[in-house]
Amino acid sequence: MGTFSRLYGATGWLALGIAALVIFVLFPVLSLAVPPDSAFHVSSYWVTLLGKIMCYAIVALAMDLIWGYCGILSLGQGLFFALGGYAMGMYLMRQIGGEGQYQSDLPDFMVFLDWKELPWTWWMSDQFWWAMILVVAAPGLLAFVFGYFAFRSRVKGVYFSIITQALTFAAMLLFFRNATGFGGNNGFTDFKRILGFTIATPETRMALFAITGAALIGTLLLGRWIVTSKFGRVLAAIRDAESRVASCGYDTVHYKLAAFTLSAVLCGIAGALYVPQVGIINPGEMSPANSIEIAIWVAVGGRGTLVGAIAGAGIVNGAKSFFTQAFPEFWLYFLGLLFILVTLFLPQGVVGLARKLRRRWSGGAA
Amino acid sequence: MKKLLLALLLTFAGTAAAIDKAAVEKLATGDADQRSAAISALVAEADPRAVEVLGALAEGEMQTVAGKDGAQRVLIVKGEEAVDAVTGEKITPLPEEREDLIANNRLRGQVEGALAALKLLSPDRAARLKAVKQLAAGADEALLPLVQKALARETDAGIKPALELIAASLEMKSGSKEARIAAIQRLATSSSPNSRTLLAAAASDPDADIKYEAQKALREVQGRLAWGERAGLLFAGVSLGSILLLAALGLAITYGLMGVINMAHGELIMIGAYTTYAVQVAFRGSAWFDWYLLLAVPSSFAVSAAVGMALERSVVRWLYGRPLETLLATWGISLILIQSVRTLYGAQNVQVENPAFMSGGIEAFAGVVLPWSRISIIAFAALVLLGMWLLLTRTRLGLYVRGVTQNREMAACVGVPTGRVDAWAFGLGSGLAGLAGCALSQIGNVGPDLGQGYIVDSFMVVVFGGVGQLAGTVYAALVLGFANKLLESWSGAVIAKIVVLVFIIIFIQRRPQGMFALRGRSVEA
Amino acid sequence: MSSNALAANEGGAFSHVASGELDATHGVVLYLDDLSVSFDGFRALNRLSLAIDLGELRCVIGPNGAGKTTMMDVITGKTRPDSGTCFFGQTIDLTRLSEAEIAHAGIGRKFQRPTIFEHHTAFENLELAMKADKRVRTTLLARLSDAERDRIADMLRLVRLGDAADRVAGLLSHGQKQWLEIGMLLMQEPRLLLLDEPVAGMTDDETDRTAELFLSLAGRHSLVVVEHDMAFIEKIARKVTVLHEGSVLAEGAMSQVQNDPKVIEVYLGR
Repeated sequence: MGTFSRLYGATGWLALGIAALVIFVLFPVLSLAVPPDSAFHVSSYWVTLLGKIMCYAIVALAMDLIWGYCGILSLGQGLFFALGGYAMGMYLMRQIGGEGQYQSDLPDFMVFLDWKELPWTWWMSDQFWWAMILVVAAPGLLAFVFGYFAFRSRVKGVYFSIITQALTFAAMLLFFRNATGFGGNNGFTDFKRILGFTIATPETRMALFAITGAALIGTLLLGRWIVTSKFGRVLAAIRDAESRVASCGYDTVHYKLAAFTLSAVLCGIAGALYVPQVGIINPGEMSPANSIEIAIWVAVGGRGTLVGAIAGAGIVNGAKSFFTQAFPEFWLYFLGLLFILVTLFLPQGVVGLARKLRRRWSGGAA
Repeated sequence: MKKLLLALLLTFAGTAAAIDKAAVEKLATGDADQRSAAISALVAEADPRAVEVLGALAEGEMQTVAGKDGAQRVLIVKGEEAVDAVTGEKITPLPEEREDLIANNRLRGQVEGALAALKLLSPDRAARLKAVKQLAAGADEALLPLVQKALARETDAGIKPALELIAASLEMKSGSKEARIAAIQRLATSSSPNSRTLLAAAASDPDADIKYEAQKALREVQGRLAWGERAGLLFAGVSLGSILLLAALGLAITYGLMGVINMAHGELIMIGAYTTYAVQVAFRGSAWFDWYLLLAVPSSFAVSAAVGMALERSVVRWLYGRPLETLLATWGISLILIQSVRTLYGAQNVQVENPAFMSGGIEAFAGVVLPWSRISIIAFAALVLLGMWLLLTRTRLGLYVRGVTQNREMAACVGVPTGRVDAWAFGLGSGLAGLAGCALSQIGNVGPDLGQGYIVDSFMVVVFGGVGQLAGTVYAALVLGFANKLLESWSGAVIAKIVVLVFIIIFIQRRPQGMFALRGRSVEA
Repeated sequence: MSSNALAANEGGAFSHVASGELDATHGVVLYLDDLSVSFDGFRALNRLSLAIDLGELRCVIGPNGAGKTTMMDVITGKTRPDSGTCFFGQTIDLTRLSEAEIAHAGIGRKFQRPTIFEHHTAFENLELAMKADKRVRTTLLARLSDAERDRIADMLRLVRLGDAADRVAGLLSHGQKQWLEIGMLLMQEPRLLLLDEPVAGMTDDETDRTAELFLSLAGRHSLVVVEHDMAFIEKIARKVTVLHEGSVLAEGAMSQVQNDPKVIEVYLGR
């Protein structure tokens, strides 16, 4: 079919198939079927770490769509991610039921605050389908409304970055308050079950891992479909010469709004997948630093290439978990240097570097 | 306490005489109510011996001993010496089998109030003024006779009105209906929060006349107090505005004029604060400690400016015209700076002590104390602003900076060393951040994350005021500081901050160029 | 594309006009009346009045700061006038429309500096500019028909980029970029073309070919050309308008304008 050949060539589909095989077959087998004392066993630590990084990779893809392709550096991605996470977290908190420390139907933190009933924001929060709607709608609506006003008033470039950062900051302050009703600075944790399955079992973990993998592959294909469509070409044109796009008769507000909202929704989904695997969500996820870090994943991998975004999320977060264990005090030095060196010397990221090397190599051979 | 007693004793020196024997005995042996009444009786005598006795009770130096005739004798024992509490005669040798007199907390409080009240009779005006202040914060009704006595003697116009109010507030609680109404009418002229509390209580009095008078008086007092509160709010707003201004001034140059998105601006503030800390540590224990700021101010400017110039030459200058990349690279710099400070000084907050002249405050309105530290920072911000304005408008560097920021190519053509001007301008902006850090260290915690808290605020101020508009930055800082404090008085600090942020976000969408925008032909093709 | 617009594009009858379509029944395509714009006290346009006829090729000249670019900004909706009216045909009030709506109504603009999509190929540049449904949903699913491919190929030939179709636009020469931009404008099938210094940076040969192109376009489209290159103006000019300090100083045939003493003073007097 034409659509499939448009997305990837033969090698591309082959690589994708191998990735799917690793996620859906190899990992489950190594983790569940291979006995724990075997050298080939994959421990739950690795399952959680890789699952987490795959969530980050979805966020990186979302960031790449809006920044790499459309030129809009949104520093609100961390907020959208956290909103999705909170939407899922509310459901998970309700699933704890009476098993909490205070054995109340209310979440523990509400008992602690001496609240007698759920606030209106928790309406239907014990229903999984409602949680799924919130995961998409909360970040999506926020991005849509915010983006509509921002793009309509032609807020762009660094201005947009700064006001999205301010938005994220304001949201973080809001969620830090106990009175807001989302657990204050402790957020949500101590989850027990999801859809009736106990979260801590290896099987549930593996299922979450596989769902995350499927979401990542789905996001990649969706992204690829978008950037190879005329819509994607318009986005890239907006990045390069917005006023020309407008004078060609495109309403750039609609295009930017569509890309921004989609990007927010993808972040929300990633957040929802992240929370049950990591087991906690708190306002720290909304700190401005997190949102900027997302930008560096994309920059390291290579802006404007979807594979680069995934690679960048993997490289930076892999390095993070290595450093924070082995040399915690050097992590910020490393991250800081990464920011500086990539912007100064590697504007196309590792994917750009790889392409340049391959071109030089094939050029030398020919 | 000791000092106070000594002063009081000196005050009344020369009038020594025997005091009410029954009162002293009741003080020693009576039940709680009797003892309390005894204190009032002693106070009414306003005698130095009474002061001594009360002081002894408060200090736990009062003891009793069984006399030969079986009656209790009250002694004041200091070390190995004892005197009779009533007569003041020396007793030697020190009798055995003495019993300590314990004063409970209620009694102790009453004694302390009484001792303060006794100072109302002191010939020293300052001592009286202090006593009035202390009693104005709340006095025991048993002190009324003493206060009336003092009122009769008082001639100083600066003290008498305050004393009248104290007397009125005491009469409010007791006395006949006429006396209470007269007291309420006098209280109506007061402007202290205590009068408001008193009147508010009387405003629901069962007696209709008293209730009416009290409500009338309450409205008057509240009206006056509201002005004081408004003035206090204005001061708090200006104070926060001056802090925002200091934090944002540097950014107004690096971002506003040069267009560099410096996310490490907050960390340059933090470096200024740590420089102040380092200078302060070097001065600690020396006689010149109160003057350490004289060195800390230029040092914090110099250190932050040097760091800023180094950053400009090594990183920022390669990224001119690429604002988003600059944002990311300077964010990276900020991470490195934070971690460096953690490595050098530890992750915990450090303590920066104020010099003596910055502690305390002045009471400009009833109940509104303006701390010297805040006043100093307002003055400092004004000075920094003036200095910056002079630098930009009256010096060649300022001319160059303005030239380069307006038209880089043209400035280069007429021989302005643009590269060096960039470095100096960035250094100036960074140095201003350092000054902000020096000021902030005087009013808050100094820690590695200090700057992170200011970066969003600073950008909001510059953007709100209009990028490239120094006057706009000043107005924006004051408006935001004031708005924040105003909202804070209604809704609490966090909500106020959120509301202000959301307001700015909406405002920027309505007017992307800020409050002071230059309209012009679209530069962008 | 509606049959209406198609008919109009062929230069045929303009008698039947649908709502939202250009109504040029009186033969005037653009009508500026009493336009004023000021920026912080500086009057960029000062009661400017101007009318462009259907199919006309009008040249606008004037010294720097005369208001030429601001005039174009107002027509394309980039700047809003402080006062005055600006009508496209009889019915379309341009001061009320957004930039995109104005482009849809049939006004194309070429900026001073060529602005093309540097990371797209020449072919993709023309594809993006092509007259089509430009809403988000349709572009997500859009696929090029054979007829559309042919039209893009024709246009590539017309602007002499036939063999550069797949080259990334950023790598084209300056003249080629100018031509590509003109091609992009023409792909939108505009009724009115605004061209800001179209031959700046072109070689003599390229300039000559541009003049030929413009002359061949006049009649089918209305063109407003702002240019400093007097040799180029002389080649194409039929009617010339001279702007000075935000209003019209002189208007008429090239020879007539050249001999106008007011014009001579403005250009040479200082």
